[in-house]
Amino acid sequence: MKVWIAAWSILAKDARTYYLKPPNVSWGLIFPLAWTGMLFLRSAAGVESVAELLPGVMAVAVLFGTTSLLAVVVAFERRGRSFERLLVAPIPLVVLLLAKTGGAILFGLVNAFVPVILAAFLIDLSIVDWPALIGAAALLSASSAFLGLFIAVSVREVFEAQALSNFFRFPMLFLCGLFLPVEQLPAWMRPLSYALPLTYGADLLRGSIGGVNRLPPAASFALLAASCAALFALSLRVVRRRWIA
Amino acid sequence: MTTSTATGHRLGRPGADLPDPAAIWVRGLAKRFGDVRAVDGVDIDVLSGELFGLLGPNGAGKTTILHLLTGLARPDGGTILIGGIDCSARPGAARRLLGVVPDESNLYPELTGFQNLSFSASLYGMRRKRREVRARELLETFGLAGAGDRKFGGYSKGMKRRLTIAAGMIHEPRILFLDEPTTGIDVASARQIRRLITDLRDAGTTIVLTTHYIEEAQRLCDRVAFIVAGRIVRTDGVARLLHQAGGVHAMEVALSGGAARLGPALVEAFPELRARALADGLLRVEASSPPRVGPLVRFLEDRGAQVTEARRVQPSLEEVFVEVTGIESEALRQEKEKAGGGA
Ligand SMILES: Nc1ncnc2c1ncn2[C@@H]1O[C@H](COP(=O)(O)OP(=O)(O)OP(=O)(O)O)[C@@H](O)[C@H]1O
Ligand SMILES: [Mg+2]
Repeated sequence: MKVWIAAWSILAKDARTYYLKPPNVSWGLIFPLAWTGMLFLRSAAGVESVAELLPGVMAVAVLFGTTSLLAVVVAFERRGRSFERLLVAPIPLVVLLLAKTGGAILFGLVNAFVPVILAAFLIDLSIVDWPALIGAAALLSASSAFLGLFIAVSVREVFEAQALSNFFRFPMLFLCGLFLPVEQLPAWMRPLSYALPLTYGADLLRGSIGGVNRLPPAASFALLAASCAALFALSLRVVRRRWIA
Repeated sequence: MTTSTATGHRLGRPGADLPDPAAIWVRGLAKRFGDVRAVDGVDIDVLSGELFGLLGPNGAGKTTILHLLTGLARPDGGTILIGGIDCSARPGAARRLLGVVPDESNLYPELTGFQNLSFSASLYGMRRKRREVRARELLETFGLAGAGDRKFGGYSKGMKRRLTIAAGMIHEPRILFLDEPTTGIDVASARQIRRLITDLRDAGTTIVLTTHYIEEAQRLCDRVAFIVAGRIVRTDGVARLLHQAGGVHAMEVALSGGAARLGPALVEAFPELRARALADGLLRVEASSPPRVGPLVRFLEDRGAQVTEARRVQPSLEEVFVEVTGIESEALRQEKEKAGGGA
């Protein structure tokens, strides 16, 4: 019980001090909008192409709301040494790191549905399989946040966290099959695509918005969940080994 | 290396036998960073309810010891029992007993003073109602009531320090660790903080603090450990250490000119005295029985010096520290001035 008070409090504090700050909120809105606009113009198609663009925009929104933000938050708190306050408190490390990641996951999820709400004004969303869409967005958000956590615990400086998350983030967008089908990538790049959690998340999103799944959805769910678990376990290990050295 | 207080015999046994769980029992604690032995076979006993000081120069290993005791660093060797709980076996249970005030003020700059305190309390599972009452209380106690709704980032250094200490004790820990609580802040704030620390001790909290201010250790602590290069060279009650220093009677004579020149002449004329020139024309005179002031002053004035002041110096921990560690107190003082920019 007591641990939950601490965990909730960490999550609420992060939301208030970082995620719900105007720059971050507007970033979460503007970026998906800009992408949609850009793709929309380039495709030169009618309004009906919005449904095709939506999964990609959602994935971008998640990616920009989670990975780099969490990586920077954790690196920043470690630099200012306020993270030590959390480490000396009687909170199991697993709970502590989950609470830290939880804020980013929720923020990513909320970000993902901003473009959906905008799309509702343009197209008929009755094609959407809502439980599948929410599930896919949540899992995608979780795996992106855990990637951010792993980046955060692997670096020392805030700028390193930023650089490293961009290093992962941008190639991921192009390799995940959203904007360019994986089959159209050069053969040597394809294994890389299938190693990225985003590829599976994007496929699930597409499938739940009236598109065709290129991969079996159950397998995609399982792979995404496995990537979350693996990234979390790795992060935990790094903190235990290197932070408390 | 173990303590030699009256209760010393009791302390040699593992923590399970300690009468009160709010005590610290450390044996053979070791930590190296590469080739540096930061902590080198340290034994510590802290009794329940006492104010214990770790006194040593920069780099002696004080912060590293606190990090090991609070779980921020992992020891290379040794055993730590806190409140009878083995810290390597049940770190979470041990942490519940502790409050930690680090050497830097590390609260959240984005949160107000009040929010920072409330958040710190929540990490120890305190419910909202209680932690808000307690936060208001502590803001009052620490003279920050008017600044409670301002952001921590905008606080002055002394205010930051006070709020950091308040945050360390908001959950009413049984044992409080304070790393250099008064370094880098002005005299008035430091005095206020010292008073708050002794009040807390009087209310029953066990306190371990580190410092490189000898006077601070003397004024605050019940017992101190002198620590040099990762080793504890002496642990004892302040009263006992002062008693040891009491064997020496010291005087400081302020001269206008010639302190350095007249020292040796004085010792020649009065063989029972020892004399040493200090800075600013001060001459320090020591003897094993109280020196007679009249002949001494007359001797100095006969040799052309103007004696502007001659006063007895109370025995201080400084003498014992210098004697035991071989470190000149001047060296320590300079370090503390350099460190004045910290906190
Ligand atoms: N993380 C670290 N990596 C490498 N060396 C370290 C580390 N932490 C401490 N040391 C070294 O261990 C020794 C003890 O350092 P520590 O900070 O414990 O001293 P201290 O007594 O607290 O000094 P101060 O009075 O300056 O705070 C020093 O030689 C220091 O350089
Ligand atoms: Mg230190």
